[in-house]
Amino acid sequence: MLAAIRPDSWNFPLLLHVFGAMLLVGGLVTAVTALILGWKRDAAAYTRFAFWTLLVLVLPAYIVMRVGAEWIFSKENFVEGEEPDWIGVGYITADLGALLLLITLIVTGIANRRLRRADGGTSVLARIGAVLTTILLAAYVVAMWAMSAKPG
Amino acid sequence: MSFTDWLVFFHIASAFALVSALVTFWTVAIAARNVDRPVDSLRYFRIAKPANVLVAVGTVGTLIFGIWLAIDFDAYKVWDGWILIALVLWAISAGTGQRGGKNYMEAAKLAGRLDAENRGGESSAELKALLQNRNAMWLNIVSSVAVLLILIDMIYKPGA
Repeated sequence: MLAAIRPDSWNFPLLLHVFGAMLLVGGLVTAVTALILGWKRDAAAYTRFAFWTLLVLVLPAYIVMRVGAEWIFSKENFVEGEEPDWIGVGYITADLGALLLLITLIVTGIANRRLRRADGGTSVLARIGAVLTTILLAAYVVAMWAMSAKPG
Repeated sequence: MSFTDWLVFFHIASAFALVSALVTFWTVAIAARNVDRPVDSLRYFRIAKPANVLVAVGTVGTLIFGIWLAIDFDAYKVWDGWILIALVLWAISAGTGQRGGKNYMEAAKLAGRLDAENRGGESSAELKALLQNRNAMWLNIVSSVAVLLILIDMIYKPGA
């Protein structure tokens, strides 16, 4: 019951958007869990797992979600400047989220490289990656609330 | 925000929790596929732990809030075709997912036992066989495909 009845031509872009968003959140949940587990032990293994999850799963899922979002937005024909609030929340979290995701990927990637060379220990960069990924996940949960409950 | 808006949110949040759990399970299953040392597999099982909670919350939440919404919305009835299809797919997904997951729980128990016996660093053919079990993998594929079909059914609402 994702939404009320809508024109059939909107269904596929919406499916793409929701499917991408679900994979995005799922990938972030996985990466956050690994990075938090690596905070105190086995940082190298957990950071490697989180980095590859972000790169291979979260980044492509973001692209699918964002393409679907733009596609469905183009079909809804909102009057410019009079879009509902939830659209604004979606755009802000998606665009700032993209920037944060890229920073997280770079930070986690460098942490992964350093930990592999150091052969053990912990990494401040991996911990920063954990914090950034948690913020990203929280932002997308807010976006999910805005998209589903559509306040305003 | 109305009560119905909150119902929609909780229904969709449950669906996100369910899919997030599946994503974690698949990521872990793929990453741990060639692992044969208990100490390595335990690392992956720890990542999957929160997903065990998410899958329970998501499975129950989608059903309860979905039926609640069908009752709350005047336009829909619980016996509408697309809702019945979703319920059947939900049952298939939950049943196959639970059966497929048992195999990984056995693998986690075995890895835990071997690690407790100070054999965590040794290769275990039994553990590798459990992690590569094809039946379990197929059950999980069926479960995940059923969830994807539910999503398609929810968006396209055939017959509505």
